[in-house]
Amino acid sequence: MNLSQDELRSMYRTMVSIRNFEETVKQAFAKGHIPGFVHLYVGEEAIATGVCTALRASDTITSTHRGHGHCIAKGCDMNSMMAEIYGKATGLCKGKGGSMHIADVGKGMLGANGIVGGGPPLACGAGLTSVVTGSGDVCACFFGDGACEQGTFHESANLAAIWNLPVIFVAENNGYAQSTPATYHCAIENIAERAASYGIPGAVVDGSDVFAVHEAAVEAVKRARAGQGPSLLECKTYRHHGHFEGDQQTYKDDLYKSVSQGKDSIRDFRALVTQHGWFTAEELDAIDREAEQAVEEALAFAESSPVPQVEEVTSDVYVSYP
Amino acid sequence: MAVATAARTITIAEALNESIRLEMRADPKIVIMGEDIAGGAQVEHLEDDEAWGGVMGVTKGLVHEFGRERVLDTPISEAAFIGAAVGAAATGLRPIAELMFCGFLGSCLDSLLNQGSKLRYMFGGKAMVPVTIRTMIGGGFRAAAQHAQTLYPMFANIPGLKVVAPSNAADAKGLLTASIRDDDPVIFCEHITMYTMKGEVPGGEHIVPIGKAAIARPGSDVTLLGVSLTAVHALKAAESLAEEGIDAEVIDLRTVSPLDEETILASVQKTGRLVIVDEANPLCGLASHIAGMVASRGFHWLRAPVGMVTAPHSPVPFSPVLEDAYLPNPEKVVAAVKETCAHAS
Repeated sequence: MNLSQDELRSMYRTMVSIRNFEETVKQAFAKGHIPGFVHLYVGEEAIATGVCTALRASDTITSTHRGHGHCIAKGCDMNSMMAEIYGKATGLCKGKGGSMHIADVGKGMLGANGIVGGGPPLACGAGLTSVVTGSGDVCACFFGDGACEQGTFHESANLAAIWNLPVIFVAENNGYAQSTPATYHCAIENIAERAASYGIPGAVVDGSDVFAVHEAAVEAVKRARAGQGPSLLECKTYRHHGHFEGDQQTYKDDLYKSVSQGKDSIRDFRALVTQHGWFTAEELDAIDREAEQAVEEALAFAESSPVPQVEEVTSDVYVSYP
Repeated sequence: MAVATAARTITIAEALNESIRLEMRADPKIVIMGEDIAGGAQVEHLEDDEAWGGVMGVTKGLVHEFGRERVLDTPISEAAFIGAAVGAAATGLRPIAELMFCGFLGSCLDSLLNQGSKLRYMFGGKAMVPVTIRTMIGGGFRAAAQHAQTLYPMFANIPGLKVVAPSNAADAKGLLTASIRDDDPVIFCEHITMYTMKGEVPGGEHIVPIGKAAIARPGSDVTLLGVSLTAVHALKAAESLAEEGIDAEVIDLRTVSPLDEETILASVQKTGRLVIVDEANPLCGLASHIAGMVASRGFHWLRAPVGMVTAPHSPVPFSPVLEDAYLPNPEKVVAAVKETCAHAS
């Protein structure tokens, strides 16, 4: 395994931070403290973590409605994230976007997205910018199995292929598009098989295995940075909670529930690194506490932050107008 | 499931469900389709009535009666299934498709802009497209910029589409029935905050004609005009204005296209003052269109400039404090009416 002790530590911190952040959001939402809709990433932490660990700071990502995990993995500040989700002036988007549009362009996080399939064309654009400017940056494009049935995905994969764009298409296949199973909405079992129709490499990995995700991502990033074009990486994963908070999940069958409960990337990571003697349980526990504390701080920051001034309603629509 | 034959009080969601159910019973050519419109497709353990029935539950239980052959869950492929609804309508079915949020128009615009609205005209009148597209409009749910839009002016700007937006449960049932039976494509707009609003709804068949506005409250001093939720705002504003001695007439537009110009003009002729309430963005919007129409055809009756309460020219913000400032409400309507009435006649 080509990961330094620091990288491993960082990976673990990212995964537990995402888990903690999302469970905290869940509780705050249940108490009525968070407006609107929230879609939680619990169960899928290893994907954002494994992929983003293979990226450098200047690389970009596009995200989905389930975007908090991607934000954290790309290095967004959790205080400003939580404030955004609370609709506060101190939020990453000044409270204008909320959970579904949370973004931090400065960190290369090009936005959660309320439109399923909204991200892939933007990722092609980010790839084009890299090619034209010669920056050597890549774009990792996260999307769910539902988005794989949007024309934008197919068109973007083809465009990235013919233009040889440095894009890594990361399909997070959690088995459901809202309440509709992937076995119904998708005519084939593995989305990655579609890569053949675009003439690009495709791979299926276990999305709860952060090392497998990371290894596949490193390979795809290497290709993209070397000018060899896009790849499609399908991560098989499980959404532990509902499509949105409040979803009763009656559509989940017993098999999904039991397999889902058995999949825990954080538990597996702990087992592996302690077995190998890379970390002690105590060292990992200390990281857990740091993450918990950071999320608690984020919550306190969000709750104590001011709401936006109403004048903000009409600002930021244009750079200049008229 | 038995459908009541007498009037009773039900929600807008129930009224819509009842309309679809009765029409599907009467016409085997009606199919309905959309994302999770039945819900849980191919999930074996799931009882039909436990499935979502659309994200707002409007179509809940219909799969139980009509089966998955006529209640079609779709992939998240708006371009494909809205286009398929148009194609099926052009070839003999009478589909009802649910475009979950009207902002998803972005994902399927071609089907409506270049296909469904224009086939009949381009083919010299030799085709018809009897499709109904149900879609959610409006803010107030803290759903932010992509899920809280009010796009009826954009739809209405497309010749060939009819655009309907009810404000109460009875009209929801009656207008949806009229939309389904209409032989042209109809965009049926449902306000996201109104599904649980209750009202008395006739049992059995109930039709409210497309293109006919309602005088929701007669009055003599000023005309307030709204559609969908803004008609409700206008009624509330009229009640508080009445306490201050201003007798407002309220027009519930009910249909954006075709526009009932005669009802609007007759009211303006009577009151001499007009305040239009519209949740859509103002530029080239519904309010400005009606103001222009009244200026063009009824200028001589106006005793004051036309008042307009609309959303500002910006996307819908997420933060509650911002969204509340963004949206029209009865207080803003009252203020606009007072300004209009303050003009010397």
